[in-house]
Amino acid sequence: MTDFIWLVVALPAAGAVYLHFFGKRAGEPASGWIASVLMSGAFVYALLAAVPFFQGTGHAESVVLWSWMPAIGAEFAIRWDPLSSLMTLVVTGVGTLIHFYAIGYMHGDPRFSRFFTYMNLFATGMLTLVLADNFAMLFLGWEAVGLCSYLLISFWYTKPSAAAAGKKAFIVNRIGDFGFMIALMIILTQFGTLSFDVLEDPHLGLSTGLATAVGLLMLVGAAGKSAQIPLYVWLPDAMEGPTPVSALIHAATMVTAGVYLVARNAAIYEMAPIAATTVATVGALTALWAATIAIAQKDIKAVLAYSTVSQLGYMFIGVGSTAYVAGMFHFMTHAFFKALLFLGAGSVIHAMSDEQNMDKMGGLAKHMPVTAATMGIATLAIAGVPPLAGFWSKDEILGAAFNQGGWMVVLWAIGLVTAGITAFYMTRQFVMVFLGKPRWDEGIHPHESPRTMTVPLMMLAGLTILGGFINTPFRTGLERYLEPSFETVDGAIHMAHPADGSTAWILAGVAVLAGLIGIYLAYRLYAGPEDRRRRVLGRFARPIFAWENAYWVDRFYGKTIVLPGKSVANWAAFKFDLGFIDGIVNGVAGAVKRLGATIRPLQTGFVRNYGVMLAAGSVGLLIWFLSRGGL
Amino acid sequence: MIELILFIIVAAVAIFGALTVVFARNPVYGAMGLMMTLFSLAVFYVVHLAHLVAAVQVIVYAGAVMTLFLFVIMMIGVDRDEDNTEKLPMQRQFVGALGLVIVLVAGIAAVGGRFDWVRPAASTVEANGTVQEVGKLLFTEWILPFEATSLLLIIAAAGAIALAYFGPRRRDREDA
Amino acid sequence: MEVTAGWYMTLAAVLFLIGAGGMLIRRNALMMFMSIELMLNSVNLTFIAAGKELGSLDGQLAVFFVLVVAAAEVVVGLAIIVSVFQSRSSASADELSELRG
Repeated sequence: MTDFIWLVVALPAAGAVYLHFFGKRAGEPASGWIASVLMSGAFVYALLAAVPFFQGTGHAESVVLWSWMPAIGAEFAIRWDPLSSLMTLVVTGVGTLIHFYAIGYMHGDPRFSRFFTYMNLFATGMLTLVLADNFAMLFLGWEAVGLCSYLLISFWYTKPSAAAAGKKAFIVNRIGDFGFMIALMIILTQFGTLSFDVLEDPHLGLSTGLATAVGLLMLVGAAGKSAQIPLYVWLPDAMEGPTPVSALIHAATMVTAGVYLVARNAAIYEMAPIAATTVATVGALTALWAATIAIAQKDIKAVLAYSTVSQLGYMFIGVGSTAYVAGMFHFMTHAFFKALLFLGAGSVIHAMSDEQNMDKMGGLAKHMPVTAATMGIATLAIAGVPPLAGFWSKDEILGAAFNQGGWMVVLWAIGLVTAGITAFYMTRQFVMVFLGKPRWDEGIHPHESPRTMTVPLMMLAGLTILGGFINTPFRTGLERYLEPSFETVDGAIHMAHPADGSTAWILAGVAVLAGLIGIYLAYRLYAGPEDRRRRVLGRFARPIFAWENAYWVDRFYGKTIVLPGKSVANWAAFKFDLGFIDGIVNGVAGAVKRLGATIRPLQTGFVRNYGVMLAAGSVGLLIWFLSRGGL
Repeated sequence: MIELILFIIVAAVAIFGALTVVFARNPVYGAMGLMMTLFSLAVFYVVHLAHLVAAVQVIVYAGAVMTLFLFVIMMIGVDRDEDNTEKLPMQRQFVGALGLVIVLVAGIAAVGGRFDWVRPAASTVEANGTVQEVGKLLFTEWILPFEATSLLLIIAAAGAIALAYFGPRRRDREDA
Repeated sequence: MEVTAGWYMTLAAVLFLIGAGGMLIRRNALMMFMSIELMLNSVNLTFIAAGKELGSLDGQLAVFFVLVVAAAEVVVGLAIIVSVFQSRSSASADELSELRG
């Protein structure tokens, strides 16, 4: 099976190429079906190829497709091991559902087939990223998904805000890529190769200091791609893209590339505990930071965007506290319920004729029962209500962090508070959208979405309910599945595990309690009488004002980074370039012109004059030769 | 001794013909002078045992080429004296100065004993330029340049025809 | 007194200089052309003389090729002169100064 594993990448790639050239002819909805079927083909193949891992008989394999840059250990090769297979399964599986959903969502868009071209291209890039067998190929996929993210965020490029959001995402990601690239260069200079083989035994090439540097630089790259402090600012803006894009790229797959990167480089982070702790700390701060902002957002997608940032922070706590399995587990469950939330939000937006302000919704549960039910499940899942998927993974992360002791207990506390806040703002969203009285604008007639949209919702809801059971404290299936990926030459990489016994029960109970308190408060506040809500919110007016404006981070970045950058660019363009560079160019041209004008009379046009000059030159040469010969 | 006398006479004729080319007012005289020089050179060729080349010199050069020249002179109607005043400033002075410099340099080189450029014969074998000898070499060792020149002649002939046929007068006629 | 190759070389040099001078002094394109022929022939003389001196036939063969090339050149050159004359009714090289800078 693994011999043809390249098919997983090749199928979406073929779709992208085909739709690029013939998408217009295929038209709607055929091009959407082509893209979706190819994605599901990739999923099915990946599933079959992963069977040995399920049975516990598989082992990591490298499939070399062709020789690319052998000098630096960068073959065009696919690595098929439990970790990459898990990523592949989630990317293709959730991706397939979102593709099908998009057929309904993008209905009537003039650039329908182009949208699916980009979607397939993104899938190609993402699969290259996760299936890469060396850092060069990983970087290739890393940049490819960045490009597709840019293309898809600014898919409706006629909207200035969408175009700006695309650019912002691209530029902010560039900053992260810069750190990532330096990390790769350190690896290349230390090992002389970019192959993942170095991860088998990183002690051979890296001192502890260098390992810390590599780990921190990779964190910069991961923070850019996975929207962590301080580089998270692009993700909320990325909601300008079509909702399936938000679901696929900015919730389920691409943004988790940073988590995958940290997990893949577990061996390096094991050498550098400082870097690992930094990862976890950044994750915890981001989780709390973004969760508070989410409380006060009015845009239905903005809430989900900040929620994504926050949940990614959880994953960073997981991988940073060496609980790699917990991190990957949360990545997986999060892919399920966050994709579901985004697709549900898309369904709502669709029904409300592109209205995204939650103040103008309400009471939609009656009109959109399927959407309401599935989103309700997802809301409970992200709030950490057992036995839904979010509970198991979040609990495992928090348990592992607590079990580490020391500084990690602080991070556990932050995570616990965040869990409560998460439950609060998600319940707030659900109540504002689906319950209460309608606050719609005139002339809006909400309706349930078509089958292509609701079926993926229901399937994701199923995954949200059942997905958590693959790795419960009682039956650690995912851990056994992933374990082979975290083995080095020396033996297994140290992995944090949640506490067991009564501690585990207490921790789980506390986490569930936090979630339930959040749900209760939000429900009481937003489903309750209006005047009480106004009174309570008025008491918290100041923090809410800060949260509504996302702590003015964008304005801060604008003043401290963007503005100086712009003035430097202005100076370079209008002072340096126009004055100095152009001055040199024009000066050279002017000098040549003046010289030409000076010697122009030499060209008399009389052939005999030329003859005299020729003769004079010959005589000069004659004299020269003779004098060299000692005249 | 005979060779010396012959050389002096023939060389004098050749130089006289050459000077005629330069200074004759009438192009026809110039052509005649050139023909004289060519004949003189043919004599020298015979002296150097280059029989075939001498014959070709007389037949092709002094015969065909010069006939062509005369033909053109007649055709374009310049068989009359022309104005020999120089209009380009300093042209003649410059040419004279250049000539002087060359003579001077050559003189210095000669005084310095540097005219030993042609080495004495390495062998005493006489190179006899009969038709047979030249032909043999021409069709063995020199076959490629020989064929190339045949190509050159065809191209030249085609070019001349093209110039005559598509020349400016033709165009004028078509315009009219 | 023996006539050595050097004599012929000197004669060839003199002829060459006369040809070059004619080329630079005459205004009539036909006469300039003849001067060029003169220069070519002076060079031919050096080939013949040197070939004799070295006991080689290659000098004569070189002359042979120069003759052919000169013939081709005459054909094209005269055609150009005729063509120019037809458009300008003059064979003066000084009239053709369109390429003045």
